Amino acid sequence: MTTVLVFLDHPGASLAKGERELLSLAGSLGDVAVALADDAEQTYLDGVGSYGVQECYRPDTDVSEVLVAGKAAFLAEAARSAAADVVLLGNSYEAKEIAARAGIRLEAGVVTDVVSLDSDLVATKADFAGSYTVGCRVTTARAILTVKPNSFDAVQAGTPQAPREIRVPVGAVTPAARITGRVDKPVSGRPDLTEARVIVAGGRGVDGDFGPLEDLADALGGAVGASRAATDAGWIEHSAQVGQTGKTVAPQLYVSVGISGAVQQRAGMQTSKVIVAINKDSDSPIFEIADFGIVGDLFSVLPQATEEIRKRGL
Amino acid sequence: MDEATAGGLHIAVLVKHVPDAQFDRHIGGDQLTTVRSESILSELDEYALEAALQLVEAHGGAGAGHRITALTMGPAAAVNAVKKSLQIGVDDGVHLTDEALFGSDASATSRALAALLEQVGPFDLILTGMASTDGETSLVPAQLAERLGLPQVTFAASLELAATDDGWALTARRDNDTFAETIEAPLPALVSVTDQINDPRYPNFKGIMAAKKKQIQVLSLADCGIQADEVGLPGSWTRVEAAEPRPPRSQGVIITDEGDAGIRLVDFLAGQKLL
Repeated sequence: MTTVLVFLDHPGASLAKGERELLSLAGSLGDVAVALADDAEQTYLDGVGSYGVQECYRPDTDVSEVLVAGKAAFLAEAARSAAADVVLLGNSYEAKEIAARAGIRLEAGVVTDVVSLDSDLVATKADFAGSYTVGCRVTTARAILTVKPNSFDAVQAGTPQAPREIRVPVGAVTPAARITGRVDKPVSGRPDLTEARVIVAGGRGVDGDFGPLEDLADALGGAVGASRAATDAGWIEHSAQVGQTGKTVAPQLYVSVGISGAVQQRAGMQTSKVIVAINKDSDSPIFEIADFGIVGDLFSVLPQATEEIRKRGL
Repeated sequence: MDEATAGGLHIAVLVKHVPDAQFDRHIGGDQLTTVRSESILSELDEYALEAALQLVEAHGGAGAGHRITALTMGPAAAVNAVKKSLQIGVDDGVHLTDEALFGSDASATSRALAALLEQVGPFDLILTGMASTDGETSLVPAQLAERLGLPQVTFAASLELAATDDGWALTARRDNDTFAETIEAPLPALVSVTDQINDPRYPNFKGIMAAKKKQIQVLSLADCGIQADEVGLPGSWTRVEAAEPRPPRSQGVIITDEGDAGIRLVDFLAGQKLL
């Protein structure tokens, strides 16, 4: 029987969608244990147990104030204790780095950005900004995979029940980079960009006014994204950037507004299921990959669409 | 401790020769590896080079005993990434080249680079870009730090150095989705920088002429004490088994707004069951 260890970090009050997807994928592969880096509330632990998880590995010291290295050391120890064949993590930059360092400690191959997995554990991922689909196999006994959100379905959970806690020794991580300050950013209340089903993204053509995009995003229950031109101009925070040096997203619907569609932007969004483009320049390359394109003024098209959605009571 | 006592900095910048994203990129050959024609210095590495130059300029400049070395690994053409780095302003270059490196994954690449850095170093600071623009796994900097036992600060959006009682130390800022954090670490350390950290300079005529006189040291795996089967395809822990170009997206319907495009958009979304 395959043993799967799921790495969980930054726990909220309850399991996030991406975490439920990871636990569901793990359950389809074999017996599931979790490695939880931070303290969590009882409701969160009950949620973990509702996916049939019997064991929750915890570090014996605080690993959160040391950047990446502490959590990687903890994950490697937990994987050894659990005798895990497969280790699953989310796909954030931090998760990929924890996977990377744990991979060296465990002498285990790491595949990132996994979107599907066959019964032989061959992982599928996109390469070259989505222009290739690649099948990748880990050749070591233990495999570490970081999994993209929205790639696997979350199954129905069972009865909430906290798993058994097992503390593993981590040891001192020195020398290390320490987190010495932290400033929270304002919370938007919209879905997380990498997990959103719908994204409305704006570029240079938005000219500083994201209001109409936010209204449409809210009507569609979506997130707001941006091209690098818009984040560099300071119209929206950098974390909203979609593209080569920002987030890679693959929502059901990506509405591209006032974005020309250069290769760096496409890198972050071209695997979206449906792409809608609105741009006043009919020569914009974004129209080459759009399923539905509108040559027009975003400041009249977007409010009309938002009003129409509300009118239809959808 | 003042900066003079802390000593001159030796900074390594890791650079990579990657397929130009402006052209079609391919995976090919029996071993399904990246086809590296039409390659350039990875644009994300330019931010690491600029960060190194700015750190030296902020701490006494050329006369203060600092040195920046650009390092790369790969086939003969990979040296072009080092040559461009010399033109931009680094002091010297190192090229690790060996046929046995062909097909290395992140773990094998980090093993080769760790040996190279230990051979050529010691370094006070190792700088990299935030990712390569080809493999895009972002694994190598973290794996290098683990292998070298160094503090790792990835995705730095700012980077400053100061002399402390124990020598040089760094302070960096990282931007996450919901918070920004300040990171402190003693040197030596490994830092990857984002495209937010600076505006990279271009090589000027003087830099291009000066680069012709700068040294590029060429090393083999044996020079770094690595066996051929520790790297390349045999030394990799992952293997690409299949690679298919994605079918190009076909162009859909393009309309010109005649006053009702917003409504037609909603019709389209309803038809796609996206509402």
